[in-house]
Amino acid sequence: MGNITLKNVCKAFGSTTVIPDIDLDVAEGEFVVFVGPSGCGKSTLLRLIAGLEDTTSGTILIDGKDVTREAPARRGLAMVFQSYALYPHMSVYSNIAFPLKMAGTDRNTIDRKVRAAAETLNLTSYLDRRPGQLSGGQRQRVAIGRAIVRQPKAFLFDEPLSNLDAALRGTMRLEISELHHKLGTTMIYVTHDQVEAMTMADKIVVLNAGNVEQVGSPLELYRSPRNLFVAGFIGSPRMNLVTGPEAARHNASTIGVRPEHLKLSTTEGAWKGTVGVAEHLGSDTFLHVQTDGIGQVTARTDGEISLRHGDTVWLTPEPDKIHRFDEKGLAI
Amino acid sequence: MARAVSTRRKTIATIAAWLVALVIFFPILYTVATSFKTEAEAISGISLIPSGTFENYVQVQTQRDYFKPFMNSVVISVGSTVIALLIGIPAAWSMAFSPTKRTKDVLMWMLSTKMMPAVGVLVPLYLMFRDFGLLDTRIGLTVVFTLINLPIVVWMLYTYFREIPGEILEAARMDGASLVGEIVYVLTPMAVPGIASTLLLNIILAWNEAFWSIRLSAANAAPLTAFIASFSSPQGLFWAKLSAASTLAIAPILIMGWFSQRQLVRGLTFGAVK
Repeated sequence: MGNITLKNVCKAFGSTTVIPDIDLDVAEGEFVVFVGPSGCGKSTLLRLIAGLEDTTSGTILIDGKDVTREAPARRGLAMVFQSYALYPHMSVYSNIAFPLKMAGTDRNTIDRKVRAAAETLNLTSYLDRRPGQLSGGQRQRVAIGRAIVRQPKAFLFDEPLSNLDAALRGTMRLEISELHHKLGTTMIYVTHDQVEAMTMADKIVVLNAGNVEQVGSPLELYRSPRNLFVAGFIGSPRMNLVTGPEAARHNASTIGVRPEHLKLSTTEGAWKGTVGVAEHLGSDTFLHVQTDGIGQVTARTDGEISLRHGDTVWLTPEPDKIHRFDEKGLAI
Repeated sequence: MARAVSTRRKTIATIAAWLVALVIFFPILYTVATSFKTEAEAISGISLIPSGTFENYVQVQTQRDYFKPFMNSVVISVGSTVIALLIGIPAAWSMAFSPTKRTKDVLMWMLSTKMMPAVGVLVPLYLMFRDFGLLDTRIGLTVVFTLINLPIVVWMLYTYFREIPGEILEAARMDGASLVGEIVYVLTPMAVPGIASTLLLNIILAWNEAFWSIRLSAANAAPLTAFIASFSSPQGLFWAKLSAASTLAIAPILIMGWFSQRQLVRGLTFGAVK
């Protein structure tokens, strides 16, 4: 239960086409992340699957059944919103119980399921509180609780962590991943944060301007990006993209080298440059180097390095880790 | 030093606030004081200390029957408010949650009707009332009050509904709520404060309306505003009785306003600061 198929799905608002034509398969139990810059249509795509927006054309199938014209409630999906969208006038208990109440579940079953969900999410001691009395992380857990009690075919997450601070985001990321392993339910997760995408996904769908740029596992996208957009979007710090004579030397219009695939030397190498900013993260150091004839290049080195602003360094790309792109931006 | 200055400033500000409040409140205070004077005292010059007679109140009730216009006021203001809410809630709802390109224009047009001087439509409205037999009827006044206050009702409700995040309604939809479930369990409880303060304000506006009630009613349907006006009679002005009638007319709404002031202030300033 829980495979979702999109066939030629298209969405336009008036004369503005947001999603031109998308085909997509989400297998049962998969954790799929839609990632892309803001305005790329990822949230719209999720809302189409949820049924909160109507498709302009195309078909959406859930478990092989055409649900394109079905109301959101009848699709058997649960959604967690960016703003949590909790009911402010209800207690945590009533919030989690709401979908069961709407489904006409009897009181004892509701009580049992709500308490079980609260147990899973460490919310038991907060059941009598109102959402306004909870912290951001707790609110997010209530929203997840409201989603899991229904035992939906799939969970839809719309940038659920973007209102949380960095530390909490890390914790919640783990909790959601653990929840996925525990429940084994299909999850579709929308984010603009490629770190979330890389760490959580079984499969990443990279979107840009309503088009699917590439679909694959996190490592596939990292190792062999299909085009310049994916190359630049996946990976942090982002891939160094070099054009001009240096690219031509590799028979390409653009070459890409990830910061971690540049060898650093203070004596010799391929690209000579001057250290601009050195960002010390402890475990790593990101060196932003102004290189002669190539431009600004970022290199990732170990954390112990003691280079400073203005030092001269040489960078050498690992030959087998160079990505080559043609003039259309496609990988060669 | 700085503390002393700020204390002095606070004292000055407090005194100024009291003075302004007194100036605003003075007419009401003077009305109440005059209502306890004899007619002779009332015209003899400015004095805040009455002789304390209840004669005027007794006369207002025995000669003119206060309760009939009081009941008219209640029926007309509550009736027009309920009808205005029944029309205003769906209207505001649709404009807040599924706006179109023309929504802003419609709202502005509604507001613009409030800017028109009422005298401008007095004659046509009077003739229509005459032809439909609505002159001096509660129904007629209720209809007029509903119409003149509807723009304010729609605007206020619209502002309230706009504050309810659409995502919460979508969440309810995802949670399996039908349209009715969504309205009953989620929207209405969240909008109750807004609906309540709209209701209160509208009752007050309808209660205090004088222009139309004086012109479109006579003996039968006259609400309290027309009742007060009737004290300026051909026999001359009876200040003390007029004051007693006025005090009786404003008392119910003053008491209601006192008990609901928190709700009202919230309603009037809602959305002002965000």
